[in-house]
Amino acid sequence: MAQRGSIVPFAGWRRTRLLGESPLRQAVRSIGDRAVRFAEEVVGQDLDARIAGIKTHPNEVGHDPFGFDPETSRYALAVAALLHRRYFRTEVFGIDRVPRGRVLIVANHSGQLPVDAVMIGSALMLDADPPRFPRSMVETWTAELPFISTLYPRLGQVVGSPENARRLLRQDESLIVFPEGARGISKTFDQRYQLTDFGLGFVRLALETNTPIVPVAVIGGEEQYPSIADFKPLARLLRMPAFPVMPQVFFGMLAPLPTKYRLYFGDPFHFEGDPDDDDSKIEEKVWLVKSTIQSMVNRGLRERKGVFI
Amino acid sequence: MSNPHTSNRIKPSARRGREPVRQRPSARAPVARGVFGHSANLSIPVAQPAEPQRQAEPATGKRPKPATDGAVLVTGVCGRLGRLLVRELHRTDRVVGVDRRSFDDRPKDIIHHQIDMRRKKMKDIFRGRDVRAVVHLGILHDPRRSDRERHSWNVVAFQKLLDYMSQYNVPKLVVLSGANVYGPQPNNPQFLTEDAPLLGAQQFGGMRDLVELDMLAQSFFWRQAETETVVLRPCHIVGRVHNAASNYLRLERPVMVMGFDPMMQVVHERDVVRAIQLALRPGVRGIFNIRGPGEMPLSHLIRQAGGRPRVVPSPLARVALDQLWRLRLSSFPSEELDHLRYVCMVDDSRARTELGYEPVHSISRVLRDVRRLRYQLA
Repeated sequence: MAQRGSIVPFAGWRRTRLLGESPLRQAVRSIGDRAVRFAEEVVGQDLDARIAGIKTHPNEVGHDPFGFDPETSRYALAVAALLHRRYFRTEVFGIDRVPRGRVLIVANHSGQLPVDAVMIGSALMLDADPPRFPRSMVETWTAELPFISTLYPRLGQVVGSPENARRLLRQDESLIVFPEGARGISKTFDQRYQLTDFGLGFVRLALETNTPIVPVAVIGGEEQYPSIADFKPLARLLRMPAFPVMPQVFFGMLAPLPTKYRLYFGDPFHFEGDPDDDDSKIEEKVWLVKSTIQSMVNRGLRERKGVFI
Repeated sequence: MSNPHTSNRIKPSARRGREPVRQRPSARAPVARGVFGHSANLSIPVAQPAEPQRQAEPATGKRPKPATDGAVLVTGVCGRLGRLLVRELHRTDRVVGVDRRSFDDRPKDIIHHQIDMRRKKMKDIFRGRDVRAVVHLGILHDPRRSDRERHSWNVVAFQKLLDYMSQYNVPKLVVLSGANVYGPQPNNPQFLTEDAPLLGAQQFGGMRDLVELDMLAQSFFWRQAETETVVLRPCHIVGRVHNAASNYLRLERPVMVMGFDPMMQVVHERDVVRAIQLALRPGVRGIFNIRGPGEMPLSHLIRQAGGRPRVVPSPLARVALDQLWRLRLSSFPSEELDHLRYVCMVDDSRARTELGYEPVHSISRVLRDVRRLRYQLA
């Protein structure tokens, strides 16, 4: 691209930067396009059509107010599709139970890294018809991490606050919520598939916005990164919610183990009542959701023949 | 430039027996000050006589309205925003401006008092005439000023202003606060409503007096029920103003923090002026967030404004900015980097429904105006 005959060094390079995208950005784009095409071949689905099929609510200048960027999400969906179909070989049951319109998808959280959210999200994008674009509510501290704090909003992730959730549900979007939060994801291996305490916020939110709650059981997440302990002092030092000690990482296996994921979508709950009720009243409803998920998890565990098959 | 000190309001008025009027009405205000950093954005109070009926009437000419009409007092009138506001207001209302600075090119029917708001003379302005509303723009944002001066200007002077207002029963107060009082925080909801806590000073002590000013206005809202108090909290005001946001967008290579690209809102100065005018209508009271024409990621905003982001890791940016600040090469305190990392965006649904406010300037128009000044100065 260099301009021949110019006496100014790097003139051509400078011109391309002034006229348009930087070479780095162009390179990223071409690699991304290739990844999308490769994923489409492997998965056998038109990913771009899936992205185009979702409904968002852009503002006056054409941007999603929460920062969702279809361009970045294309590449992410390509990676997620490969993980979903090939790496984790996810089986999805009962996805047609997800009602149209606003919905809260409540699931058990596991696996040190939020791969379960990726699996639920890609199931809704690839297996649901029409494709559903779910937003998940992420920990606040991810907003303090460089790169993650840029990447997450572009993929449609939203910092978990009741105001954000309310606004999204009023726009008839679907939200993935893990009421266990960081407690659930950083469980040690001995507590696998035992649900920890649920927060109450999601039921209040559902009552307030009249939103159905779909319980989801995720099987396979707990074995991807078995953790033997939570090293709390280091977590405090690094200002992380937990610091799991994962033996596989010491053996050089940074990627999660290729367990087989199974997602069970349950029948939606339609709760009615006062969102400002006493905690005890709300707890009954939360308990109903939690015990449903726990029994779905238990059934899924009984049905599976092995962790990797 | 004529010596501004000779054209003090006392002497000419004694000579000519009328309100102090600055000469040189033809001079177009060369508003441009330093491009880098906040030039002192003093808001000067302009008093404008706004009667509800008056606004409906067509403007009767350039002459001041009879002195019996209520006036609108605008503090900080010599700032860019104050000038824009009084140019709109003086067509329908009698306007009185107050500022430390001189107002050379003002419309002739605007009465300007070049005084310090903290001085006793402020009281004479209220005593002498019927003030129907006060627009408080006289807020010192310059981070270079000492804490002491900022406090005495933003808090003590404002407190005095409120005292005079309750003493003389002024029926309307409009205060221009800002969305900065909410503060950029990682755990902010994407859109802050008016009842969100004001945490702006939590990370950045320089915001303390601005938060306090906002709180004072809020307490006045409850204390002085006869006065309709309006607090406007616009997101970053940009345009031809000289404030941190506009100066930042004017840079050829503005610094971005590596790995962070928060969503940003900007609003055109003229939209803010319109919001103030709407807030001056009788019957309007309360706190209103003001939002511009849609939000977009910071990197897109910079590119649309014609700049190229210079991406710097956060610790390096902090250290470098601290050094530059110390050497007086930059006027951005390093605490303001949080604005480049976390969201601080507002929800303007209340302004839309209760104030009837709607931003009219598109994002391209907004950024064109920001850019225009850069090229003028270059």
